[in-house]
Amino acid sequence: MKTIALLMLLLSLNSYAETKVYDFKDPVLEQRYQGLTEELRCLVCQNQNIADSHAELAQDLRTKVYEMLMRGESDQQIIEYMINRYGDFVLYKPPLKSKTLILWLAPLLTVLLGGLGFWAVLRKRSQPQEHLSSVDKQRIKDLLDRTGE
Amino acid sequence: MRYLLPLGAFIVLVIFLGIGLKLDPKEVPSPLIGKPAPTFSLPQLHEPDKLFTPEQMKGKVWLLSVWASWCVSCRQEHVYLSEFARMGVAEVIGLNYKDEPEDGRQWLSQLGNPYVLSVIDKEGSAGLDWGVYGVPETFVIDKKGIIRHKQTGPVDPEIIQTIILPLVQTLNGEAG
Repeated sequence: MKTIALLMLLLSLNSYAETKVYDFKDPVLEQRYQGLTEELRCLVCQNQNIADSHAELAQDLRTKVYEMLMRGESDQQIIEYMINRYGDFVLYKPPLKSKTLILWLAPLLTVLLGGLGFWAVLRKRSQPQEHLSSVDKQRIKDLLDRTGE
Repeated sequence: MRYLLPLGAFIVLVIFLGIGLKLDPKEVPSPLIGKPAPTFSLPQLHEPDKLFTPEQMKGKVWLLSVWASWCVSCRQEHVYLSEFARMGVAEVIGLNYKDEPEDGRQWLSQLGNPYVLSVIDKEGSAGLDWGVYGVPETFVIDKKGIIRHKQTGPVDPEIIQTIILPLVQTLNGEAG
């Protein structure tokens, strides 16, 4: 039993072997490294950030981020380096520009439109239903008058 | 009148989805287009003691083709790229990306060498600078050293005839 457990442990360790892990002496740098690699998109497997991706390119980009951090470059400089080569696409959070305006405004517009529609429906419902003809009104009046006697 | 609003919303949705279908998410527009080609200084594949830098191509219209022996679609584009190189309208330089130089040399001697020369980018650092994310990639660089076009993925006769060839011909006509 023990040997099986040990074997399983060893095998599972093996699957981590591919990702290079960087040793940071400075926890702040490590934090920044984590933040940056989570924010940058892998261009090969486009629905993953470079922190999660196993693609070779992601590893290269992680190495680049690490090297630049070690050289003491700022987050802004690293992000700019990536944008200059791969475009805004590398960012998971697209910048606010005229080209991306609709992307940023769409959620707000949807909520506004929905709210407007909701308000219109509510208003319609709370309005009294006054579609009675004068004949009907007379009849109601007569009935009420009769019960009042 | 009642159905006008939902119908309108539906049509707008269809238009957006239709555009979405036509887009290729794999094709990321390169921010390098219109910018000076990133520089590098790398050993040549066949003469490793000689270095090549893009500056040497100043005054010429040229293509940088990123390839590797492990890349399957490079094999696919190889024949068309060779055809293009034979036309002699522009020199094609190869960037042997993340490859074993020996494998690269063997690949070329087997399939034929369309490149004036290839450079060794074993670590892929030049590739990173050029924003390479999927081999093969082909860049068109003008006489002033500005990147004018980037083709991601293998070139085929249609791409050569409709995009690369006309562009190279116009660029050849420009003053250096």
